[in-house]
Amino acid sequence: MGTIVFLVGFPLIIALALLVVKADSLRDIIVKLSAIVIIVVSIVFVVMNFSSTMELVNMPYGETIGYGMMAIEVCLAVVIIVLSIKYKKPLAAVFAIIQTPLLIWFELTAGHHIEVANNICIDKLQMIMVLIIGIIGTLICVYAIGYMKDFQKHENEHVREEAKAAGLSEEEIEAAVAKADRRPWFFFLLFLFLAAMFGLVSSNNLIWMYFFWEITSLCSFFLIGFTKTQEAINNSFRALVMNLFGGLGFVLGIITLGSYYGTLELSTMLTIGSMGYSVVVPAAFLALAGITKAAQMPFQSWLLGAMVAPTPTSALLHSSTMVKAGVFLIIKLSPVLGFNWAGIMVMVVGGATFVMASFAAISQSNAKRVLAYSTVANLGLITACGGVGMAGATWAGIMLIIFHAVTKSLLFLCVGTAEHQIGSRNIEDMDGLFEKMPKLAKYMLIGIAGMFLAPFGMLIGKWATLVAFVDSGNILLIVAICFGSAATAFYWTKWMGKLSATMAGRENIQGRVHKEEDTSQIILVVLVVAACLGFPLVSSEMLIPHLGAIFGDVTALALSTNNMILMVIMLLAIVMLFAFYFGKTDKKIVPIYMAGVNEGDNLTFKGSMEKDVPVSLRNWYMDGIFGEKKMCLYGGIISVIGMVLAFTFIVAAMLGGGM
Amino acid sequence: MSYVAKSPWVIHYDGSSCNGCDIEVLACLTPMYDVERFGIINTGNPKHADVFLVTGSVNEQNKNVVKQIYEQMPEPKVVVAIGICANSGGVFKECYNILGGVDTVIPVDVYVPGCAARPEAIIDGVVAGLGKLAEKRKALEGDVIVEPERASAGEQQAQDTDEREEGAK
Amino acid sequence: MLYMIFSIVAYLVLAPLVGGFLAGVDRKITARMQGRVGPPVFQPFYDVLKLIEKEDITVNRVQDFYILCFLVFTAVAGGIFFAGESLLLVIFALTLASVFFIIAAFSSNSPYAQLGAERELLQVMAAEPMELMVAIGFYMVIGTFDVSQIIQVGAMPLPYLIGIFLGLVYILTIKFRKSPFDLSMSHHAHQELVKGMTTEISGKTLAMTEVAHWYENILLLGFIFLFFVNGTWWGALIGVVVCLLAYFLEILIDNSFARMKWQIAFKSAWVVTIVVGVTNLLVLAFV
Repeated sequence: MGTIVFLVGFPLIIALALLVVKADSLRDIIVKLSAIVIIVVSIVFVVMNFSSTMELVNMPYGETIGYGMMAIEVCLAVVIIVLSIKYKKPLAAVFAIIQTPLLIWFELTAGHHIEVANNICIDKLQMIMVLIIGIIGTLICVYAIGYMKDFQKHENEHVREEAKAAGLSEEEIEAAVAKADRRPWFFFLLFLFLAAMFGLVSSNNLIWMYFFWEITSLCSFFLIGFTKTQEAINNSFRALVMNLFGGLGFVLGIITLGSYYGTLELSTMLTIGSMGYSVVVPAAFLALAGITKAAQMPFQSWLLGAMVAPTPTSALLHSSTMVKAGVFLIIKLSPVLGFNWAGIMVMVVGGATFVMASFAAISQSNAKRVLAYSTVANLGLITACGGVGMAGATWAGIMLIIFHAVTKSLLFLCVGTAEHQIGSRNIEDMDGLFEKMPKLAKYMLIGIAGMFLAPFGMLIGKWATLVAFVDSGNILLIVAICFGSAATAFYWTKWMGKLSATMAGRENIQGRVHKEEDTSQIILVVLVVAACLGFPLVSSEMLIPHLGAIFGDVTALALSTNNMILMVIMLLAIVMLFAFYFGKTDKKIVPIYMAGVNEGDNLTFKGSMEKDVPVSLRNWYMDGIFGEKKMCLYGGIISVIGMVLAFTFIVAAMLGGGM
Repeated sequence: MSYVAKSPWVIHYDGSSCNGCDIEVLACLTPMYDVERFGIINTGNPKHADVFLVTGSVNEQNKNVVKQIYEQMPEPKVVVAIGICANSGGVFKECYNILGGVDTVIPVDVYVPGCAARPEAIIDGVVAGLGKLAEKRKALEGDVIVEPERASAGEQQAQDTDEREEGAK
Repeated sequence: MLYMIFSIVAYLVLAPLVGGFLAGVDRKITARMQGRVGPPVFQPFYDVLKLIEKEDITVNRVQDFYILCFLVFTAVAGGIFFAGESLLLVIFALTLASVFFIIAAFSSNSPYAQLGAERELLQVMAAEPMELMVAIGFYMVIGTFDVSQIIQVGAMPLPYLIGIFLGLVYILTIKFRKSPFDLSMSHHAHQELVKGMTTEISGKTLAMTEVAHWYENILLLGFIFLFFVNGTWWGALIGVVVCLLAYFLEILIDNSFARMKWQIAFKSAWVVTIVVGVTNLLVLAFV
């Protein structure tokens, strides 16, 4: 219990400390040390509580804390309103004006009489999330040290130029540069984010969870708008509006749960659900909140827009925080989902998002957008798993969360480094990366392989998902996964191909990478491989007891022991083959065939009139078939139809008294 | 025993020519002549090929192309110069841009004369090349140098042409 | 266990022999369909043996490694199949193998090879949903993905899986890289791509590629065979006969169609998958 308070409180204190620290060296030390502390405490926390499958804890002074949260919520609402007036984005203010008073009114009237016995819930899913946030989240913060130095260097140059153009004196220029350094604010947000996430995954009291939920929304709003360009501001407000919309769903979920069922605890809600009473209404509202946060279609655009932020932000939003909070809630709700309208809504949205986002990723050449669509797609899969509401599907969903967090953060960190070193985030510019940045290219290759290839992580999750969908008789979801994973293989493989194209005579610039960036990447690579080797253990020690406690008897799971052994053997085979044969040849190396006009360097050929023509090769994007706009439109339409239908039936049932 | 002779894959390049020999080479692939009987495949790729069939003479523009294609073929390999232009430059020999036959840029193993060379002669030329291939394969193991020589098949065909021309008179 | 090891070894030894022989038969029948005599039946073996004798050259330090992985994991996929393990794992291992092959082509940075690689990638994408549905269909009918249990079931699975069987036959043309879908590399004399993916592969490495294709072909025919087993000798006999018929059908298709555009290959494969595959699954789920 004390550990949880520490996990929420410590990052918060560090965040405040980082807000006042201006010196680079001191900040580096604080971030690194606190990262180590958070990692260690997260692990200690999990080890200490490992024996318990599910433990509900009451928090002393719970009510006082509740009032404190309420006060902060009011402040946040005021901040949102002021900012939306300042930037002339009224929609955000409208949402803030509706939901905060609504919740406070509820808390002070009906909610006041509901006693909350247990504010905190410790279970295996929470532990997994704590590990993900604690380890991956902090690694991203460490990475951010190096990344933000480069970022600030670019910014400073920009500021200097502008100041010079304005004709300022030398001292004034330096003052302007110092003022432009907003890194304290950035690191403050990162650590605040971690604190909020720790709180979110540990809350059992839905009002508490909502509080942390809103803080993550606001943090991501500030992080996305960090650069303060017009595009960044627009995108940050889009993210804010969509997440506030989800927050409204959350509030309605709390209100319906409180007024109809007389509880504010998630665990009680799930117990009521499992006793055979329908809790569809609050479940549907909470699931809607999860869907917006997990950037499911038609809300995917906020996550795509988040790309304008510095890369550590994207890495954090995509892998360990924010969107994972959305799917965390849906996975939590999974016992009360299934074949009811709330479950059907979640399945439709998840399935449609998985297919359409996978298709849309094919048409993208910007590496970060490919990663974003892949995140949206995988979250769709996790969402659909939650919606199925069966043990096997939930197992698959949690596995996907773990593997996705590890792999995606690695990929984002790699793309961020590549962007700074080669000056582009376009995949087309990454050809020959093996010559330029051999280490980075290898990390990236491992990350990509981890996203879709046997015997690596995501594929294990996808396999289990497939089996779970078949077992639940969900033909349309099966179709979605068949087509979606084919598309997934396409866009990842063509990226791998670009990376591995060999081009002679490139300068090796690996040495320019900051040490912190490299360290984070190496640890994540180790984690990717460890997750692949260790997943049977995670399954037997954590998931099976967890699911057993929720779903009762957990029967045979998708992957038999034989299959797991075979996967591990395949992994070892790949590692051995790489170790012994990769890059080793005693053959004569000859130029490639270019119709007899290769000039010998494989990069130019002799064209007509004796002209030297450089070779340039481009990937396929099939825009005509998989155009981004078209796919998002279709996905959005399907999802909206699913949601509208679901809520129509739910509201009709509620009005008819059929609850 | 070497399998080189059992599976000769060819690449075909047409230099400065009237395309007559060019067409005749392709005719070899048709059901009429069916060179696949001998395992011959037209690969169009020097990296896969064992036999280099060149028609037409070599000029300033294509000499490097011919050279590069030849260099990109893995050993053992043979070159068959098909038609009189590829043998010596033929009617184009005195042109300002013509270097002459194929042997001005790369070593030629078999000469198949004719204008145009007939498919039977071309096939004979390739088969004669196969003997060379086997020898070269052996030479690769040892260190024997194989001298290029004029194929008897080609001469036979040249005589055929003479006879035909006489018949026409 | 002993039986398992026996079948793996049998596959590893026999598949290249049978696969090579079938390739030879293919060339002979193709020649006869075109009114030619054609090469000896053992020509594919001569080709491979010759390739082994050729000079060792390569275009970079990594391509041969990727091809080695292609061969190894194609054999692994087949090994898993004939050892009686999960069909899904077979499909995933086969995808892994094709990814290695595609990366090999990409790694050369040759225009022809890369274009071939992109097309091969497209073919993988076109065929994969149907492959997965084959495994899912068996699971829905028999209740297991394991080949060893599928072959012990008394009733022939075909009647329940007719749609999926037809879909599999359709994508077989893509998997065998036969005309009209021989987009990524071709054994015919059309050369706009030179030799597509294999353009930069020569000598022993090309021989490995050939052998890997033989392994792959036998594995794919194994999928066809699975639709007919019913635990009796005549079921197995029917299976083998249908495999040969399917192979003949592919040769016939190969010789009757010109190469088509990639759009047609891709769209038609997915449409067929949706029409016959999804319908079949829906029928299985609701009947």
